[in-house]
Amino acid sequence: MELYGLTARAVRDRIVAGELTAEAAARACLERIAAVEGKVHAFVSVDAEGALRRAKEVDAALARGERPGALCGIPIALKDNLCTAGTPTTCSSKILANYVPPYNATVVERVLAAGAVPIGKTNLDEFAMGSSTENSAFGTTRNPWDLERVPGGSSGGSAAAVAAGEAVMALGSDTGGSIRQPASFCGVVGLKPTYGRVSRYGLVAFASSLDQIGPIAKDVADAALLLGVIAAHDPRDSTSVPEPVPDYVGQLEADIRGRKVGLPREFFIEGMDPEVEGAVRRAVEVLAGQGAEVMEVSLPHSRIDVKDGQLSAYAVAAYYVIATAEASSNLARYDGAHYGHRTAVSHLQFAHGRDVPIEDATPLVEMFSRSRAEGFGAEVKRRILLGTYALSSGYYDAYYLKASKVRSLIRRDFDEAFERADAIACPTSPTAAFRVGERADDPLQMYMGDVFTISCNLAGIPGIAVPCGFTTGGLPIGLQLLGRPFDELGLLQLARAYERVTDHHQRRPPL
Amino acid sequence: MTTASYESVIGLEAHAQLATRTKLFCGCSTRFGAPPNTQTCPVCTGHPGVLPVLNRTAVEYALKTALALNCQVSRQTALDRKNYYYPDLPKNYQISQNYKNLGFDGHMDIEVGGETRRVRIHNVHLEEDAGKLLHPEDVQQSTLLDLSAEGRAALAGMTLVDLNRAGTPLCEIVTQPDMRSVEEARVYMETLASALLYLGVCDCKMQEGSLRFEASISLRPFGATEYGNRVEIKNVNSMKAVVHALEYEAKRQADRLSHGERVARETRLWDDAAGRTVSMRSKEEAQDYRYFPEPDLVPVEVDAAWLERVRAAIPEMAPARRRRFVEGLGLPDYDAGVLVADKALADYFEECVRLGAEPKAASNWLMGSVMRQLKDSGARIADLAARVPPQGLCELIAAVQDGTLAPNTAKEVFQEMAATGKGATALIAERGLRQISDSGELEAVVLRILTENPKAVADLRQGKKQALGFLMGQVMKATGGKANPKAVAGLIGRMLPKAP
Repeated sequence: MELYGLTARAVRDRIVAGELTAEAAARACLERIAAVEGKVHAFVSVDAEGALRRAKEVDAALARGERPGALCGIPIALKDNLCTAGTPTTCSSKILANYVPPYNATVVERVLAAGAVPIGKTNLDEFAMGSSTENSAFGTTRNPWDLERVPGGSSGGSAAAVAAGEAVMALGSDTGGSIRQPASFCGVVGLKPTYGRVSRYGLVAFASSLDQIGPIAKDVADAALLLGVIAAHDPRDSTSVPEPVPDYVGQLEADIRGRKVGLPREFFIEGMDPEVEGAVRRAVEVLAGQGAEVMEVSLPHSRIDVKDGQLSAYAVAAYYVIATAEASSNLARYDGAHYGHRTAVSHLQFAHGRDVPIEDATPLVEMFSRSRAEGFGAEVKRRILLGTYALSSGYYDAYYLKASKVRSLIRRDFDEAFERADAIACPTSPTAAFRVGERADDPLQMYMGDVFTISCNLAGIPGIAVPCGFTTGGLPIGLQLLGRPFDELGLLQLARAYERVTDHHQRRPPL
Repeated sequence: MTTASYESVIGLEAHAQLATRTKLFCGCSTRFGAPPNTQTCPVCTGHPGVLPVLNRTAVEYALKTALALNCQVSRQTALDRKNYYYPDLPKNYQISQNYKNLGFDGHMDIEVGGETRRVRIHNVHLEEDAGKLLHPEDVQQSTLLDLSAEGRAALAGMTLVDLNRAGTPLCEIVTQPDMRSVEEARVYMETLASALLYLGVCDCKMQEGSLRFEASISLRPFGATEYGNRVEIKNVNSMKAVVHALEYEAKRQADRLSHGERVARETRLWDDAAGRTVSMRSKEEAQDYRYFPEPDLVPVEVDAAWLERVRAAIPEMAPARRRRFVEGLGLPDYDAGVLVADKALADYFEECVRLGAEPKAASNWLMGSVMRQLKDSGARIADLAARVPPQGLCELIAAVQDGTLAPNTAKEVFQEMAATGKGATALIAERGLRQISDSGELEAVVLRILTENPKAVADLRQGKKQALGFLMGQVMKATGGKANPKAVAGLIGRMLPKAP
């Protein structure tokens, strides 16, 4: 097998055994990028020089006899909303096109400390707002399985890079499915940890109460390996939780006999893609075959209604109020005053008739408004407007407060379901990867695609997407498993048990 | 009708910078006066991806303030985001409190014209300060900007942002509209400042902006129960400015009302140089701050143990101390009032009493020589105490009391102590300032003076009191002013019959 096709464990084992250098591993990924990046466009920036320098450092440390880290020499891709000191972090937005953070995100510090070699920053929907990676100021990422299709989003770049072998593993962020849905579309494993499991310090915020960083990997064991490195309490993130971190890798192989797997009645809806439903049901049978007890559970407030072919769901409605409200405030700082894009239009131009001033605007408002108007893309603007409206005086109770109550009800549903079941199984997305442009003009349809992933973020629980089959057209389908708070280990064990007896995760896209 | 026909209804908002070493959400220093943007980090400059971490000491200081102002305390308090755009606010939202204020429904009593008035406190909450804008004239004049002449010229017309202050913890104290005159507002501000100093939560340096006020005022005819339209006044940077701005507004509003005109509900800016307020924005243009719970911070649980610990750490406040000085130490109410107004002065006083000084004597010294010395030198009591510690003043007081030192000499000795830092006993010995009270030594002198002044002796025998003064003066002259006047007067009386 080509080097780029190896799992992280295999790469690390060979480096530690002296059969491979970190430099060679980095070069293999860089060569693979050179070969396929033109088709996939998974990266916003590739730091070949930095990667090779870092790889040589890792090799030198090993040569000095230092103990190899958990990610020793593994080329890793970082979603471009994770701050990296000294290298651009754009969030795929024009407004941060030239922004270079003065500090590293906590997760970046942790993967570096574990010996990983960051290879580049991956593409995303601008500020992680989207489900297709089409909303990027720097071009659309393509699905390695079908270049006419989207890789999902918003961590589409990270998922595509791992699927295409451009990176051995990657970090993504998940606010409403942004790790799990692209992992499912690209046929890789993606895990969204419990809210508070991984520090958000240095993750450029989209919706603070929903965002969580997690691993995207070629298989479950690699995901466990990366999660073990990034999961930790961080005093710099008050919402991170000082919960002990289990040995995910060491305890991965487990007997799942007697594990209770719940199928939420509300998620198996009429009109769901039959291929997706079939693959997920077969995957649940595989788990049952290994001794898992399958049962029906109910998540009434995550119900999906279908009327005249249109989907609607409380969870999606509540999510798009809370997420946009928080985003409207989180994105207020991009105003051209301190960093990032600042408009070139000035009053000098008005005097020369080259531009028309905004009505009633002071020079300050002129600068703010124009910088933001020029710097943000359409979807980001739409969400800022939605969120600003939802928080406005007189609407706060009807929207934000109401959505918060729905969120509590959704959480309670999960609490009750987890009194009976150890995990919940469902599809990751109602369909496999859709075509580029197919949903670009229909934001509502795009939002409804998040219907199975959103509740997990609202409830703050962990979720994992694992490959569970392919459509007849050859597109990956993902099984989603949701678990109790801080039971990432239980999810990984179930997912690994599934993976042990299936080979979907071993298939690679025909690039 | 004039101002005299209307009653003022005034409310005040105080912003007290909490005297913590570091900022509210990061580890940057809160020191005042550093060169621009040298006390900043990614967190307080609002870089993408950063998160706030709440400073527990700041919460504790605000809690202490809330308790001292008799507030109810939220057992679960939380921070909220207040959203507005301004370049001195790097995140374009301020982390503040709106839905679960730390303290609420409190009160503070103030004394105005010998009467006690109760000002209700609407809430006490925690928030972060913004940075500072350096407008073009500030940029050109700033001594903190290390600029060449060309550099300064290149910045002509530009406004710069200094974020050193951004993220400094503030405790906002909001009153109900309970003050009925500008004088009451003035006394409230002074009483609050004194309380904050007693609590040790704010250094109250108005000139450094560590205690700032905003005021609102409406007028109504005396006897009316409904409020008039309220005007909020911003840009009042000192207590003096608040008083002037309120006086101006009271008059402006009275003029309008007496001419049958309406007072618009609006926010007005105080122009200190011009001595007037100007309209800033009307109620219709009022900002919508879109408050919502800060998702980057978890709610703060104020448990019973913490609350009790903070409550126990509240020192005796000025009013109680004043009562104790009067009732326990027998000071006149006036003295007690003067002493407790400055916590450090009152502390100094108490230390003197603890070391054995007679309270009234110590009070006289502090209100006389000490306060005059402070006023003349512009020093604080702490500076003086470094040279004249309470122990030193006690020695001086004792020396006067036991007749060692004449009162006027003692005042000179005090000046000497304040200037040199030398002890009283040492100075008295060094200068030979000890009074002569010894009868044997004095008897000889008195006898000589009586013998040398038969005319005066005769006058005194006839009951002419001036003669006593003359004779005493002669004795003092003969002893170089060191004779104890009491002892001399006694001796003259006793020796008069024996005189020739």
